[in-house]
Amino acid sequence: MAQPSWPSLVLAHLRKDLRIEWRSRDAINSMLFFALLVVVLFSMAFDPTRATSREIAGGVLCVATLFASVSALNQAWAREIRHQVLDALRMTPSDGAALFIAKVLANFLFVTVVQAVLGPIFFIFYNLHPLGETWLLALVIPLGTWALVANGTFFAALSIRSRNRELLLPLILFPIFLPALLAMVLSVKTILTGDGTDPHLFWIKLLAGYDIIFTTVSLLLFDTVLEAE
Amino acid sequence: MKKLAILLAVIAVVPLMAWGFYQAIYAAPTEATMGDVQRIFYYHVPHGILAYLFYSINFVGSLLVLLWRRSNPERAIVADAWALSGAEVGVVFSTVVLTTGPIWARPVWGIWWTWDPRLTTSLVLWLIYVSYLLVRRFSSGSQMYTLAAVLAVFGALDMPINYLANRLWRTQHPSPVIAGGPDSGMAPPIAAALGWNVLAWAVWGLLILAFRVYVERRQQTIDRAAANAALAAD
Repeated sequence: MAQPSWPSLVLAHLRKDLRIEWRSRDAINSMLFFALLVVVLFSMAFDPTRATSREIAGGVLCVATLFASVSALNQAWAREIRHQVLDALRMTPSDGAALFIAKVLANFLFVTVVQAVLGPIFFIFYNLHPLGETWLLALVIPLGTWALVANGTFFAALSIRSRNRELLLPLILFPIFLPALLAMVLSVKTILTGDGTDPHLFWIKLLAGYDIIFTTVSLLLFDTVLEAE
Repeated sequence: MKKLAILLAVIAVVPLMAWGFYQAIYAAPTEATMGDVQRIFYYHVPHGILAYLFYSINFVGSLLVLLWRRSNPERAIVADAWALSGAEVGVVFSTVVLTTGPIWARPVWGIWWTWDPRLTTSLVLWLIYVSYLLVRRFSSGSQMYTLAAVLAVFGALDMPINYLANRLWRTQHPSPVIAGGPDSGMAPPIAAALGWNVLAWAVWGLLILAFRVYVERRQQTIDRAAANAALAAD
């Protein structure tokens, strides 16, 4: 039998994940509600008046997404552990990288849906009127989400093999993700406040570089994690 | 033979560290604007440099684990002992950097801490290697070696960012005095005091590293014997 092409393998994995999510809607529903709770909690804790809300809004949005996605990322692999699906996947002709990219794409889609729903609510709760170039948000948010989801998927696969599965992921993911979080928060803040502190879009470039480097390393090492015995 | 080597190492380390202390506290000239508080530089900078050394040992050890884990498990375990010891000693040296920094910053800047790129990336580096040590706690068996080694590769990615932080950005942290461009450099007595302290702490750190590798190798032998005994009992 002919070896199926790499994109078709990715597509097969992706189709499976999307179908499972379409039938259960577990990940999106739990993430959405959790992120909403975090936004409400922060607005109670910090009393976002108009002047300060633009400063902290970027951080709240990023942290809400971060917390929400950790729960979903764990589930993405925990589902495969049940009934030894992961072992079955390892026996297919597909390599680990295809599986990894498909999982990242699926999770990226879920988190993006959550952000699309959450975004308007967020603008209402925090009374935001962005003063900078809003179209840049369409660049920053996907880049930041990709950084989160690519690393998150990788380290969820890594931590799912440890004894304290759910506990370990945030402990590894947060330190690794910190540079991307910093870049994301600072660029969102610059866009919302329009303070012009970042004329050369330095933080966005840094975020893009981070995405490229960390995704490449994850792709190279994913087979190792998958085959770890 | 082993005891003699340990004895010789200790004999070498103690006078070296005493000499380093003398150089930093008495021999080096008092800095014109900061005064005596600047002498913390002779501890802060060597520990920063040496933390890179120990994290690099961790990185090389981890790469060797990934390389040998299938073909030569015996050697992979030895490499893992080095990787673990490198990370542990590195975290200790990083902790010294993160402690001496604020002690210096408080009188000089007026604040203990600021979120500038150099300080932030140093803290991130410390956090990543603490999480590396946690992963080793939370997983077990031979897969732990692989998972820890994979995480170590990601930790090593942060090292160049940390190194370049005060070279690429205009930071509140002082700009580098070594390999920092045309304006960098030190007066000879300051360079001498710094050099002696780098040497003394390097010898000290490597000695601790060697002890730690030795202990870890013993532990691995005990663990394997216990595993074999459990298998034999069945």
